Amino acid sequence: MELLIALAIGVLFTVGVYLVLSKSLLRILLGTTLITHGVHLLLLTMAGLKTGASPLLGENADAYVDPLPQALILTSIVISFGVSAFFIVLAYRAYRSAGMDDVEGSRGERE
Amino acid sequence: MNNLLVMPLLIPALTAVILIFLKDRIGLQRIISAVSGFINIAVAALIVYQVHTEGIQTLYMGGWMPPYGIVFVADMFAALLVLTTSIVGAACLFFSFASIGEERERFYYYVFFHFLLTGVSGSFLTGDLFNLFVCFEVLLVASYSMIVLGGTRVQLRETLKYILVNVLSSSLFVAAIAYLYAATGTLNMAHLAMRVAEAGQGGVMNVIAVLLLLVFSLKAGLLLFFWLPDSYSAPPLAVRALFGALLTKVGLYAITRTFTLIFIHDTGLTHSLMGWMAGATMILGAVGALAYSDLSRIFNYNIIISVGFLAFGISVLTQDSLNGVVFYLMHDMIAKALLFFLGGMILAASGTEQLKQMGGLIRRYPWTGWMFFILTLALVGVPPLSGFAGKVMMVRSGFGEAHVALALIALASSFVVLYSLIKVFQEVFWGGERSEDEIHPLRYKAMMAPAAVLFILVILMGVGAETVNGFVMQAGAVLADPAQYINAVMSMKE
Repeated sequence: MELLIALAIGVLFTVGVYLVLSKSLLRILLGTTLITHGVHLLLLTMAGLKTGASPLLGENADAYVDPLPQALILTSIVISFGVSAFFIVLAYRAYRSAGMDDVEGSRGERE
Repeated sequence: MNNLLVMPLLIPALTAVILIFLKDRIGLQRIISAVSGFINIAVAALIVYQVHTEGIQTLYMGGWMPPYGIVFVADMFAALLVLTTSIVGAACLFFSFASIGEERERFYYYVFFHFLLTGVSGSFLTGDLFNLFVCFEVLLVASYSMIVLGGTRVQLRETLKYILVNVLSSSLFVAAIAYLYAATGTLNMAHLAMRVAEAGQGGVMNVIAVLLLLVFSLKAGLLLFFWLPDSYSAPPLAVRALFGALLTKVGLYAITRTFTLIFIHDTGLTHSLMGWMAGATMILGAVGALAYSDLSRIFNYNIIISVGFLAFGISVLTQDSLNGVVFYLMHDMIAKALLFFLGGMILAASGTEQLKQMGGLIRRYPWTGWMFFILTLALVGVPPLSGFAGKVMMVRSGFGEAHVALALIALASSFVVLYSLIKVFQEVFWGGERSEDEIHPLRYKAMMAPAAVLFILVILMGVGAETVNGFVMQAGAVLADPAQYINAVMSMKE
């Protein structure tokens, strides 16, 4: 299972980096979201996948899953959600008002 | 336990929330912002006083004892930086009143301003690596909005670039946190320091350390500063002053904290890497500062030079050099804000960024001119002014610890700072007047007031270096001896 997820993380990072390196703003945006997904999955995997019951007092389990990484991922997802939303709106605004949809085209003289 | 520690976050955050509801009442927004700025300074000063008299202060959120809960720690280093932040923040606020313009004020400028201060103070006070990431994000999201506010083509382009760089570096930060958690099982910085000391700083730890160095370097503009000169030229000058004074310094604080507390066992790798990055940063920054002839680029490359200089001080890692880092960091936050204030006045007076098109401003604005001249001397490190003490401590221990090449680069970079700023002074203030624009005299006074306050601070910090040094030594002592920090956090006093 760990191996499978490690491969998935690798694929997410590869595709993400490939997309970020392209010209189109929309692709770059998708690339950053894929990379953040990869990072979240990495955080989950590095702390160990399911090793026992849920970490509740009443369960009396001798092995339980570490809940902290899940709290961290939750926080990180919220943050990346907000930043992605901002990024999308900004890209749309740049497209509408300045006609920038690819990064090359946005080059030019400083004003 | 000291509940006061949460106030430097709580005050600006609450102010920002209140200001959201006062969108169109600009007068009221300004009054509330100013009052909150002053309360913030008072609270920060009180924290510095408490740390000075009672030692390191901690706050365990919700009463959860470390290593389980979230912990806030104010050692002298963090407390001094929070105080400087609140002073520079308040000065930038008053400068904004005079220069930012009603359009931006109506579109939540002050809201973002206070959220930025929340993030900066939070980064200084947190004792937990994941919270450092969260506070980074708080200040970054606010800074995205402040760069783009106004929506011109340049601003849109630079914000897109700035966001992309920061989203990627934040992703790497989370990845580094994931590896660190897997390797040590904790994220509390004091606990991490203990675990790394027990397990030894071997292969995996070194990879994580270098990854963290990379992440913080991207945020601080250490070597990886390619995004900085353009992004920092896009917003108006009050925002640039705030960014130049505070944002890169947060990255430097993170480097200092991580590499004086946690990863100190293999200095041959991490710290010499940091040292050479610092050397390259100073050289490349110097090249930039000499190459351009427009105001904002020269100023931005001066930010980069001082980032390199501070990183050099951190990499030397002696008590003396760390004292120097603390002193110089405080000096640099104040002096850089002042530099951008004076730059703002020059821009408003001449209406252009190109040095070639300016001249003769000394006749109309003698005060601005001479303040700029003295500030240049302070930034270079001429004795009675604030830049001197920190610079001397860092360069002296650089020579003492056989980092001679780096210390020489650091000294040479000072001459570049002198040359580039004196060139600005000459072109802007001497010669015949070439511009017909006038600053409105009232607005000139409003811009002059915060600049004058910072100017007095620059002089006081230099003249009263003995007094300041008492506090700085206390900060440097904790940085040089991590056991003090670890004991204060882990000893679980109620």
